[in-house]
Amino acid sequence: MKRIALVGMPNTGKSTLFNRVTGASARVGNWPGITVDLLATRILLGGDMVEVVDLPGIYDLHGFSEDERVVRRFIEHTSVDLVAIILNAAQIDRQLALALQLRELGLPCALLLNMADEARQLGISIDAAVMARELAMPVALLSAKHGHGCGEAMAMLTHELARAKPVAPDMLRVQLAADDRIDAAAEAVLSAAVDIPARLPAQITDRIDRVLLHPGLGLPLFFAVMLAVFQGVFWLGEPMQDALERGFDFIRAAALVPLFSGAPAWLRGFALDGVWAGVVTVAAFVPLIILFFLFMAVVEDSGYLSRAAFLTDALMAKLGLDGRSFVMMLMGFGCNVPAAMGTRIMRSRGLRLLTMLIIPVSLCSARLQVFLFLTAAIFSARAAPLVIFSLYVMSFVAALVTAVAFKGRFRNDEPFVLELPPYRFPTLRQIGLRAWHEVRHFLHRATKFIVGGVILIWLLTHLPAGAAAGGPDTFAGMLGRLFQPVLAPIGIDERLTVALIFGFVAKEVLIGAFAVIFGLEGQALATDLAGRMDWVQAYSFMLFTLIYTPCLSTIATLRAEAKSSAYATLSVAWSVLLAWLASFAFYQTARHLGY
Amino acid sequence: MIPLHDLTPGDDATVAAIHADTALRSRLAALGIRIGQRVRLIRKGVLAGPLHVRLGTTDVILRRRQASQITVTR
Repeated sequence: MKRIALVGMPNTGKSTLFNRVTGASARVGNWPGITVDLLATRILLGGDMVEVVDLPGIYDLHGFSEDERVVRRFIEHTSVDLVAIILNAAQIDRQLALALQLRELGLPCALLLNMADEARQLGISIDAAVMARELAMPVALLSAKHGHGCGEAMAMLTHELARAKPVAPDMLRVQLAADDRIDAAAEAVLSAAVDIPARLPAQITDRIDRVLLHPGLGLPLFFAVMLAVFQGVFWLGEPMQDALERGFDFIRAAALVPLFSGAPAWLRGFALDGVWAGVVTVAAFVPLIILFFLFMAVVEDSGYLSRAAFLTDALMAKLGLDGRSFVMMLMGFGCNVPAAMGTRIMRSRGLRLLTMLIIPVSLCSARLQVFLFLTAAIFSARAAPLVIFSLYVMSFVAALVTAVAFKGRFRNDEPFVLELPPYRFPTLRQIGLRAWHEVRHFLHRATKFIVGGVILIWLLTHLPAGAAAGGPDTFAGMLGRLFQPVLAPIGIDERLTVALIFGFVAKEVLIGAFAVIFGLEGQALATDLAGRMDWVQAYSFMLFTLIYTPCLSTIATLRAEAKSSAYATLSVAWSVLLAWLASFAFYQTARHLGY
Repeated sequence: MIPLHDLTPGDDATVAAIHADTALRSRLAALGIRIGQRVRLIRKGVLAGPLHVRLGTTDVILRRRQASQITVTR
């Protein structure tokens, strides 16, 4: 099978093009290096199956970042029939060198100039025919976001692929030495084929930046925007959540209860109060989580996160981090796993390890479900948003403490030089793909962890046979007693211990566990919980849940990214210790103050 | 000849010399910061934050420590 490799600089819409061509939902990010795993898909091109590989965005073939090494390794070790080079037409003056570097290697290349619409708006006109002649490779202009020119580009790739012979370049390093020659060659091609106006028209990006990067207003505005995003998510999501819960209640009453009416009591309990109650409690949060990711996608793809890096770098520098660490932490609000993988853009190992140490305390969407559920049950409707907000603040505080504690151990010597992309607005298609991706991701986790976890918890709270359900004689009760010496001083009782243990696997299991442990769901569960724990206990429980470790997937990712089990162990041990200390300090102080 | 971070926002200048190691030099070059290139300082971050500069159609942010390794002529 023939193979096409997509190579291009960050922020050229490479992932968007990949998605459009393959219909797959690769993550699209307006943040350098966000395409972290090598995505490959097989598509039908001109009657043949062709493998398309999306390589990470790079500035330079002989750069020093992880992504640049990945691309080099790939080209050195994999036979490629055609390299499709994707460049940003609006920045052709400095991106062209990458195309020439690849051509110098003797690889069969085709050049796709993306964002042709943006270039046109900037008054840059590109003569594709002249450029193709000068470069001795076919050139196509297109806009992957809007789909303009994609058909022609695909036809060009098909045609080139038919003629191309695979090359396995061995002498990469030798040939890459010819840097000066490439600069001169780029100059020649540019002057022949590209006409860039001396003065670019006043750009909207500039005007937006004047406000959003304002010395005094920039940071407050950024936090206001993030707050508005969260408010918007809940304002839109809560009615959907309520409707979903009513739907589940109806299904239970109309279909499941009659279905199991003849079944033995233990089976009825297992199916209805175990699996069904657990899974449904988790599933009710799906609309909120999808909305949350959609809003985050818009912020992420817009280019605002790079501005956040600019605004926060001064502060992060004092913590031994840089602006990108802050952005990775924000990405962690969605899910810690891609955030940890996103640190690959950092070259300094110290900076990478320190950033990966703070990511696990960012309040991810799975933990948000637990907090939304508990605050709705325990706190008044007026206090609940403030409680959630305070947990986000605590997430930052925990990150700060972690960075200060470890910045001496993981030293950062990396220069901070970063491209600031223009603002962009994602299309509906991009947003749709992203939503579908999140739903799929949830279903995957649901089948993998949630159903299994919920079943296990049901068994633990109902066995051995004869013990009262959820009582002290069950396995869960025994586990709870075992941990009481540690957990009692932070206000967590025996019954919640087993929930915490399973929360280690995935936080979604935690709320499922509540439903199973107490044999209730929805409003009844909330009322029951309110009767069992006061607000001090609830907040202590949430603090502990926030910090004590994200989930197994994150730990596995940290281990893989750092290539060190010792590092992953350190991360977990530190998180659990910090969580316990934070909860202990809060719980004991509150109790001493008489709450 | 002054360091890049001594420009005032709105100033245009030409990159005259880059005193950086190979790794940083190649990263700067990939972002368009090369000797002879015209550069404009757009803004400086507060509290000794990064600089925002423009090279042709590309915007780049960089810390003052890195900017101090680049000298420019107005």
